[in-house]
Amino acid sequence: MTDKDFTFTIDGASVTAQPGQTIMEAADAAGIYIPRLCDHEGLRHQGSCRVCTVKAAGRSVAACTQPAAPGLVVESETPHIQAMRKSLVEMLFHEGNHICPVCEASGNCELQAMAYRLGMVEPTKLPYLEPTRPVDASHPGIALDTNRCISCGRCIRASEDVDHKGVFGYCGRGIHRRITVNGEDLAHTDAAVSDHAISGGVCPVGCIIVKRVGFRLPIGARAFDRQIIGEAIEEKRR
Amino acid sequence: MAEPRLIEISPVTRVEGHGKVTIHLNRDNEVEEARLHVVEFRGFERFIHGRFYWEVPVIVQRLCGICPVSHHLAGAKAMDQIAGVDVLPPTAEKMRRLMHYGQVMQSHVLHFFHLAAPDLLFGFEAPAARRNIFEILREQPELGRRAVLMRQFGQEIIEATAGKKIHGTGAIPGGINRNLPIDVRDRLLARIGEMTAWAQEALAIARNYTLDHAALVADFGSFPSNHMSLVREGDGALDLYHGRLRAIDAEGGSLFDGVDYCDYHKLLVEDVRSWSYMKFPFIRELGPESGWYRVGPLSRMNTARFIDTPLANAAHRELRAVTGGAPNNATLASHWARMIEVVHCVEKIHALLIDPDLQGTDLVATGERRCEGIGVIEAPRGNLIHHYRVDENDQITFCNLIVSTTHNNEGMNRAVKDVAVKHLSGREKITEGMLNQVEVAIRAYDPCLSCATHALGQMPLAVELLDASGQLVDRATRGA
Repeated sequence: MTDKDFTFTIDGASVTAQPGQTIMEAADAAGIYIPRLCDHEGLRHQGSCRVCTVKAAGRSVAACTQPAAPGLVVESETPHIQAMRKSLVEMLFHEGNHICPVCEASGNCELQAMAYRLGMVEPTKLPYLEPTRPVDASHPGIALDTNRCISCGRCIRASEDVDHKGVFGYCGRGIHRRITVNGEDLAHTDAAVSDHAISGGVCPVGCIIVKRVGFRLPIGARAFDRQIIGEAIEEKRR
Repeated sequence: MAEPRLIEISPVTRVEGHGKVTIHLNRDNEVEEARLHVVEFRGFERFIHGRFYWEVPVIVQRLCGICPVSHHLAGAKAMDQIAGVDVLPPTAEKMRRLMHYGQVMQSHVLHFFHLAAPDLLFGFEAPAARRNIFEILREQPELGRRAVLMRQFGQEIIEATAGKKIHGTGAIPGGINRNLPIDVRDRLLARIGEMTAWAQEALAIARNYTLDHAALVADFGSFPSNHMSLVREGDGALDLYHGRLRAIDAEGGSLFDGVDYCDYHKLLVEDVRSWSYMKFPFIRELGPESGWYRVGPLSRMNTARFIDTPLANAAHRELRAVTGGAPNNATLASHWARMIEVVHCVEKIHALLIDPDLQGTDLVATGERRCEGIGVIEAPRGNLIHHYRVDENDQITFCNLIVSTTHNNEGMNRAVKDVAVKHLSGREKITEGMLNQVEVAIRAYDPCLSCATHALGQMPLAVELLDASGQLVDRATRGA
């Protein structure tokens, strides 16, 4: 701890933070997991999925973008906030076409893992919107199945900030917003399998696919077969 | 004189999927028509269009919860061809075979003990409340326990090879995604002696029933037919995973033999009829009237020259001796055939478990991408054909599935009519027990109706508009 470091609390636990750190960054360092989908290590924060919503000094804020502050009182795992997070995740399932039983991302999918963590174990009362969304398989090594996109924007930031290509972007507004590419189709962009946005584990779901490798990882060896999402962060605290 | 009657058995019970039987009785209470209708619709052949080829083995296994492995492997075999792979690494082929033998074993055990045995043990006309697995567990608890544990063993073989007992991911284009760890192998091997003994006892039950009820078996839903299956290339042995197509007629004469299954479409044609979602395949050269055929355990006993495991081979010989070496056409003999295959599967599982190739690490082969793939396998219920075309973007553009139950469609309908005519015709009072006899005939084929209906837009349709008094107002038809 340096002179400039300060402390605040998350659900009553004292957390040390450095100036400029977000609530989530400080929580991660302290071994406290705050659920998130649009945030990803190494990418700039966006604060759009709202799954990381916490109450800080009584206000609802995105933990991934809200700076920590000395003496701040943060509530994260309250029943109300957990229920809200679960509802957000449920709505993502209802908004897209997520067929987990046949999806190659199953077991590695952060959306699926988050649903398990938050206890989404039964059908909800929301209607499935079953949108008609395109599958772009034009690229020889990459496919884009937007049925599974949750508009987290991680690929956009990875392509812009890490790959310096800007292959991905949003189009449409509101509920119709979806991911698109900066060309007629994926084959007409400079996307490459080696891009961080493609092979860097950036896409949290099964939307961005490296072709012909699906299901090579056996059940039991997938990311969330042995650990629930967030457990790696929580292990720091044990 | 009585009014004409329509008797409906709906749903047909103790089978997989949804179907019904209709029996038309005329004014003299004689059976005029009896049909098995498949009234559910799945549509896999169409909605798989646009999906990626490496997803196929995982998607198509969702056709079924009883024999998903069959679809998983048939799809994977087709995708091997798409991936340009003709020969798998030994570890991959043997892991797939192990998965398949576990699957056939558990499916056959499920069918025999849970679905069919109540009829055989308690009588076709026993009270409906007794004709179920729970009554077996009450009356013969040790037998019931073994049925459950044998099925568990088969499911654990599947889990060891596919990652899950139902709907795993083991087979991938060109190979397999896992080998068999030593500790898992040893755990399974520890139970193989028990499984072998229990399989032989199950075989004895089916054999003794068939021989003790020879007159019934010879008469009940028994009729001459052609038979078709894969057999091992070269020696014609029973091979449930791979081989060449062989078909024989009712007397055992060869219709075709040694045929590369990629040419199935040159030999087989699928007919459609207005009253069922299930297609009616037949041998092209013989036409729809005489070209229909049966598949499944009994057909495999008829087409295979021998079985390459000793216990099953001895049983095969005994079954064949009943008909003097000629094909056995008795529907109820299917149960005996099915239990011979359970013994065969346990023997094969044992041989594979002690094969060090299962611990190999060369799991996937690669080749030059092709645009068409056909996978054929002998599923528990019979021959299973998967046929796909894939475009340059790796997406499916064509899918044709001929499922075991579809192959048996005509045979099951003949069996239904045969039993209905023999047991219902001329009877004014039809009892539930009599109707169960019709279901017994269907059950002998172990149909999986949910697997069998896929082709959207090909079925002939007839829509009739009736007014309140039942008078026909309008009629629209499409197709045949």
